Amino acid sequence: MKPGYVRRFSKSERAVHWVNALGFFFLLATGLILYLPRLSVAVGRRQFIQEIHFWGGVGWVASLLIVAVLGDRRGLLRTARELDVFEREDVNWLSGRRPRGQARFNAGQKINAALNAAFMVLFLVSGLLLWFGEQDTRFRFASTVVLHDGLLYASLALLLGHLYLSLIHPTTRHALRGMVLGTVREDWARRHHARWDTGE
Amino acid sequence: MDDLTPGSAGEPVAPRRIGRGVFLGTVVGGLSSLWWGQAVWGGVSKAVSPVASVLGLGSGWRIYTVAASMPVFEPRTWRLKIGGMVARPQELSYHELRALPQARQTSVFHCVTGWTVNGVEWRGVRFKDLLAAAKPLPGAHALEFVSAEKPYVDYLTLEQAMLPDVMLAWEMGGQPILQEHGAPVRVVIPEMYGYKNVKWVAEVNLVRRPEVGYWEQYGYDNDAWVGRSNGYGL
Repeated sequence: MKPGYVRRFSKSERAVHWVNALGFFFLLATGLILYLPRLSVAVGRRQFIQEIHFWGGVGWVASLLIVAVLGDRRGLLRTARELDVFEREDVNWLSGRRPRGQARFNAGQKINAALNAAFMVLFLVSGLLLWFGEQDTRFRFASTVVLHDGLLYASLALLLGHLYLSLIHPTTRHALRGMVLGTVREDWARRHHARWDTGE
Repeated sequence: MDDLTPGSAGEPVAPRRIGRGVFLGTVVGGLSSLWWGQAVWGGVSKAVSPVASVLGLGSGWRIYTVAASMPVFEPRTWRLKIGGMVARPQELSYHELRALPQARQTSVFHCVTGWTVNGVEWRGVRFKDLLAAAKPLPGAHALEFVSAEKPYVDYLTLEQAMLPDVMLAWEMGGQPILQEHGAPVRVVIPEMYGYKNVKWVAEVNLVRRPEVGYWEQYGYDNDAWVGRSNGYGL
């Protein structure tokens, strides 16, 4: 590790993030072709796009499970616990009331992680219902397509906020380095995540 | 002064597992929307649809096709064939078709997958007027709609086709039907799900009785009444 830097994300954590991102963007692109009339017309081949969208979704979830199983399982579980637990400081952060030092994740990052995980489950369930509902009325609900569409809008809103903070906002975008290379500057970590025990 | 540092003297704070609460609450709320989602979304989309249409976002339509590419409408060479069990088979040009008695309506469009478009303006011809010159034979009780999009085909009984707001439309929203909506002509039957509203109609054939249409061969109902077929409202 370069001097002056601390490790924020392990290889397994980064793999989970980037596999998730890759899958999401693939599904977003193929999904928009199915959803937006202008794109549907421009691309055509609906059956084929529908097929790769479905199998892309199955692959998205499956590949994340594979990364979790083959990767550093205990480390990932530890991270999940970190994201799960909210301390007094997280409540302060959320309410904007005298936030002091954040741990490795602040409350916004914890909520983002929980929502992303929930959206993935809901995308999967509603997607499977759409797919099998086309073949069997037992799996057909009038609102499945509404749920799948609603998830698209909700996850796009999260994604835009995430991209703004990780690519544009001057004081937070250094975090991107942590997700790409694994390490962040020590002084940045101290400023933004003062209660994070970096093990240094 | 309260000390907000966790675990410090005076106010120890028990960490709380809120993350899983957010996760589970979202999953449960999302799944429950399978029962209430459509009703709520209908209200929301009515409220935002003027804004959405200005932004060029979701008109509410989705374009479903079964072939790799959409049929292309060529006005000079296009003909609508009316055949099967008729005394005088017809071949109408686009111009001749539009010279038939015209009907207009504003109706709702329901897709069997759950989306709906309200207030669609159509202009076209009622089937009574379309079929008059061909003179259907007494044994014919159904219409076969052959789409230019192969191999799409579907059927309506004559009784269904003669319902007061059923038509073969060539105009939608005040302009000629766009390619993706079935240019130049499509069936409009608001009482039934979209798969009965055949796009890119190339032939209308009088037949003895309805046969199995494109989606029906995959288990969809022959009579696609909105709210009373395909597993809904039964």
